[in-house]
Amino acid sequence: MTLEATIGTTIGSLDLDVRLEIQPGELVALLGPNGAGKSTVLRTLAGLQRLERGSIAIDGVVVDDPDSGVFAEPEARPVGVVFQDYLLFPQLTVLENVAYGLRARGADRRTARASAADLLERVGLAAYGGQRPTVLSGGQAQRVALARALATGPRLLLLDEPLAALDAGTRTQVRRDLRRSLEAFTGMRLLVTHDPVDAYALADRVVVIEAGRVVQSGTLADVTARPRSRYVAQLIGVNLFSGVVDGDIFTSAGGASIVVADASPGEAFAAIRPQAVSLHRERPHGSPRNAWASTVDDIDSLGDRARVGLDGPLPLIAEVTVAAIADLELRPGDAVWAVVKATEIETYPA
Amino acid sequence: MTGTTRVRLPIPILVLAGTAIVFFALPLVGLLWRAPWSHAWSFLTADGALTALRLSLICSLWATGLSLVFGVPLAWLLAKVDFPGRGVVRALCTLSMVLPPVVGGVALFFALGRRGLVGQYLDRWFDLRLPFTTAGVVVAQTFVAMPFLVITVEAALRQIDPRFEDASRTLGASRWYTFRRVTLPSIRPALIAGAVLAWARALGEFGATITFAGNFPGRTQTMPLAVYLALETDPDEAIVLALLLIAVSFAVLVAMRDRWLGAGVRNRARSV
Repeated sequence: MTLEATIGTTIGSLDLDVRLEIQPGELVALLGPNGAGKSTVLRTLAGLQRLERGSIAIDGVVVDDPDSGVFAEPEARPVGVVFQDYLLFPQLTVLENVAYGLRARGADRRTARASAADLLERVGLAAYGGQRPTVLSGGQAQRVALARALATGPRLLLLDEPLAALDAGTRTQVRRDLRRSLEAFTGMRLLVTHDPVDAYALADRVVVIEAGRVVQSGTLADVTARPRSRYVAQLIGVNLFSGVVDGDIFTSAGGASIVVADASPGEAFAAIRPQAVSLHRERPHGSPRNAWASTVDDIDSLGDRARVGLDGPLPLIAEVTVAAIADLELRPGDAVWAVVKATEIETYPA
Repeated sequence: MTGTTRVRLPIPILVLAGTAIVFFALPLVGLLWRAPWSHAWSFLTADGALTALRLSLICSLWATGLSLVFGVPLAWLLAKVDFPGRGVVRALCTLSMVLPPVVGGVALFFALGRRGLVGQYLDRWFDLRLPFTTAGVVVAQTFVAMPFLVITVEAALRQIDPRFEDASRTLGASRWYTFRRVTLPSIRPALIAGAVLAWARALGEFGATITFAGNFPGRTQTMPLAVYLALETDPDEAIVLALLLIAVSFAVLVAMRDRWLGAGVRNRARSV
């Protein structure tokens, strides 16, 4: 009773190769930047796009396997989809939208409408049954879309950026509603999103994809504690470098040397929190053994703190107090020393 | 409905648009001016006029129906399926729009006539003869009218968001169910507009009809043919018949635009 998918296809210049497993009752978030291939993963699972390589099995039933020529049409898969802007049929009423799947699968009109009315009642929108979906707010439309997708009893529910179409004001409330609705569904769920807040609020586990590859997976806590991709590093705001550890020296892919503590040799990531980077006009003496001559690229104010982008052998972001910027009289283009203690650098095997 | 904007209109546009309106109105006024009002009624109630009108309406509605039945799938094929030679097929299927109708009629004759390419077998195997029959009128009208429906519907099919069809499929609908319940309703305004255009073209059809189906009163003599014939014998009668044809067409166009096309445009504006 699981989803097992090895998804391989080529879209333009992007080679997508993603392995995905979802256990019953599990909600997995597929997280990644735009263009990473998230939507294609969703389309192949729904049967809207054929695989070129790999296979998809839902509850042990193979629905796509190009090697053996198996392909189940979307309507033959136990899959429900909530699309990004919900795609409620504008020419049908809200009730007819929810009843659509049952009608399409051959239920008679009365039965379909009765169970659709029941579902609408459950999401608190029974009063809108006779109206067109255009009168619904974003949050209401989402509830209808979810009710419509669940009406036919799918085993796997796919949600494509379900909160992206909403404005920031309503998103929090709708996210809370969505979490409650999703908890009531016991099948497998896959949430495609580029927003880590959605993943954090809704998912049991995240799979991060970048440029068509899975770069990291695990609980959100695991993923953010030890980022393994630029995308995740940027999301949580740490400086991340890949490179090689030899003794107590980490050499970054860009060629910079970093003195680290307690590192195991071999290929590794080095993460440096922006708060751990201090800035000096003169090269400091004493215990910190990492100091790089850098140039101030830009300065971004965040209340009483400021983020300073640095150019140099190691491109870093430093977070310092506004007072420190004033003391140092820093301006873009200035030369500055960036200093990090070895013990502040976290390394972990790649 | 949006209110009329109260901005000053540019003079050149007003002048040119006004000229166009006059250009279209003038011939009508000419007919009205020249019409023999005193004995118009006798022309109208004459047997021939009503017969021709009834035949025209029946044939043009049949042609519209056939255009819908065959033209919508053709438009779907041209819009959605990327097959080799699609451009050639589209050109072929819309050729009769630019062809002189008389040429179309002659071509139909060589294809479907009693000795024609296909017509000889229709005659021999099914005892079916199209030339100089009412069915022939319908064939000729469909031949020239269907392209108007096809291009209108094809354009609409290209514009609809295919993700609605995707959504339908994931809800368990087959391609055919999706086509009926999602695709067709979403192109309804274009469907109606295309049908009206095709109907209007069929109603006014002259050249292909007279070459392929001839000019037999009660059987193949539609209104345009009756008008043409009357012009040679009794111009007064021709004017009255022409006005009758104009009145019917005009009434249908006005009713259609407000009831259906207008509503379609409003729906689309709201969903954007």
